[in-house]
Amino acid sequence: MRTLFDKVWAAHEVVAETPDTPAVLYVDLHLIHEVTSPQAFSLLRSLGLPVRRPDRTLATMDHSTPTSTDQVFGNVPIKVDAAAKQVRQLEQNAAEFGVELFGMRDARRGIVHVISPELGATQPGMTIVCGDSHTSTHGAFGALAFGIGTTEVGHVFATQSLLQRKPKTFAVNVEGQLRPGVTAKDLILAVIGKVGVSGGTGHVFEYRGSAIRALSMDERMTVCNMSIEAGARAGMIAPDDTTFAYLEGKPRAPKAADWDAAVARWRTFATDPGAVFDASVDIDASTLEPMITYGTNPGMVLPIGASIPDKAGDAAFDKALRYMGFHGGDAMLGKPVDVVFIGSCTNGRLADLQAAARILKGRKVAPGVRLLIVPGSQEIKRAAEAEGLAEIFKAAGADWRESGCSMCLGMNGDTVAAGQYSVSTSNRNFEGRQGVGARTLLVSPFTAAASAVQGRITDPREML
Amino acid sequence: MIPSSNIDTDQIIPARFLTTTTKDGLGRQLFADWRYRADGSPNPDFVLNRPEARGAEILVAGRNFGCGSSREHAPWALLDFGFRAVISTEIADIFRGNALKNGLLPIVVDDATARWLLDNPGAEVDVDLKAARLTLPTGVSVAFPLEAFARHCLLNGIDELGYLRGRLSDIERYEAARSW
Repeated sequence: MRTLFDKVWAAHEVVAETPDTPAVLYVDLHLIHEVTSPQAFSLLRSLGLPVRRPDRTLATMDHSTPTSTDQVFGNVPIKVDAAAKQVRQLEQNAAEFGVELFGMRDARRGIVHVISPELGATQPGMTIVCGDSHTSTHGAFGALAFGIGTTEVGHVFATQSLLQRKPKTFAVNVEGQLRPGVTAKDLILAVIGKVGVSGGTGHVFEYRGSAIRALSMDERMTVCNMSIEAGARAGMIAPDDTTFAYLEGKPRAPKAADWDAAVARWRTFATDPGAVFDASVDIDASTLEPMITYGTNPGMVLPIGASIPDKAGDAAFDKALRYMGFHGGDAMLGKPVDVVFIGSCTNGRLADLQAAARILKGRKVAPGVRLLIVPGSQEIKRAAEAEGLAEIFKAAGADWRESGCSMCLGMNGDTVAAGQYSVSTSNRNFEGRQGVGARTLLVSPFTAAASAVQGRITDPREML
Repeated sequence: MIPSSNIDTDQIIPARFLTTTTKDGLGRQLFADWRYRADGSPNPDFVLNRPEARGAEILVAGRNFGCGSSREHAPWALLDFGFRAVISTEIADIFRGNALKNGLLPIVVDDATARWLLDNPGAEVDVDLKAARLTLPTGVSVAFPLEAFARHCLLNGIDELGYLRGRLSDIERYEAARSW
């Protein structure tokens, strides 16, 4: 009796681990981007080695790329010089090593964790790695997907394999039905609040239960995306008919007879009844509320109607509240908002934009509030424009951009100013994450859009 | 020593410095947002700017050090600054792997040992890589977990990529045997 993780791991073990040596684990798909790959390409060059399997390697640019249309498609050069250099270097490296690249003006470009599923390159039972901790996103398809460092990017380039110790397993059981206005983002924030930011260290999560089965693929990706914020290496969901329906017809999904064979094989990637996990946690989805963070890590999270706890004397807690300009006992509802960001690999997919549009339709962003909406990929941008979402956003007064990581991390020109409050659908509220001195509050797209309209932290259920 | 818990890689090296295409010189930007004031001058209150921190080779930090992003720039910056080891009661997975691959030793100790280290900044401790033991000047000695292969590579200067390339025939056999 084996878990989903055990099955995927076993299928990729080139050499099993021993007490003295880690396993050699085969990598099916290697995703790369401009920030964590340059030094790995330099390593190959210094050793005179090729990328061993360019056919299993996909490159895009997302982290340091600008999102303003004039810089992406116009004649305005990329304003951040070092970012421009990184972009050029990835173009050169991809050409030199024969790696497929979705470059700046490619219609298929986008955030690496958004475009791979969109292409159907992400498939159940695969091993997927990328020099990015949010690679856990792809676990939504029943893949074992995790972030690696740049040295390991070099290892995968050279051998299509990694040296790995087998992690432990952790069942996250979520039963019951989410109430209206409560989303997958609220669910994963509640999980992180319960497990803690290091509770998953050394483990791979498997999200299980009726609440997980009921989620769409976009929602499952939101959940798996933030596994790393609980310290877990990866987060997985067993593939099912929802997964197969999403993948069928995608450009790189198997076709015709291959499709049937693939689905039959993919169905075997499920945890056997009675399989034992090393750890587990149970969550009742039906009791969850919209969630919001109030501190400087994603585990400092509350139901939106709650007040900040009082932990006088806890130095780390006090430091976080001081940074945020909050006090123990403060209510979250009604706190002022300066910037609202809707996007990222967590919540930059079409379903997230549809959710934001439900709130923003026929409404205006509050005076003095900046609302930035950044699609996760160019394909999502086109889809949002085709179904009229972009018009709703622009009419509300939002800034509608080209795809990229944007304001999730302040390295591409999209930043939050020091001291400003940013209500954000991204994944990290670390100090300075969105800009030096920026204060981030993590929420769902519903809560972000509602707070943009009211100009203060707002429970979205009163606007749905 | 920085007693804060959950020191994430965005603190160790903020994202705006990740536009580099090399590994060099990142020590200047280590803990940039804590180390420098808004005008770029050193913040005299931050521990790494104090005279007693000069020449420090071991960073003692609160629980769950290195959480967050997979950026290997974090261990590169710590090493470039002059650190050779990090001690905490818990160290995040990806950071730990990245540190070991660059020769920065992640040392996880129990609460009592961490407490002693935090209460005695600047103490000289002895790290025995071969035995994977940390010895305090008080004579107290504790073992720390160190994966056997990582220790072997560190002790013998073995490059993991060289080892992995030595298994290429296994990798080719695996690829050939796969029917999917």
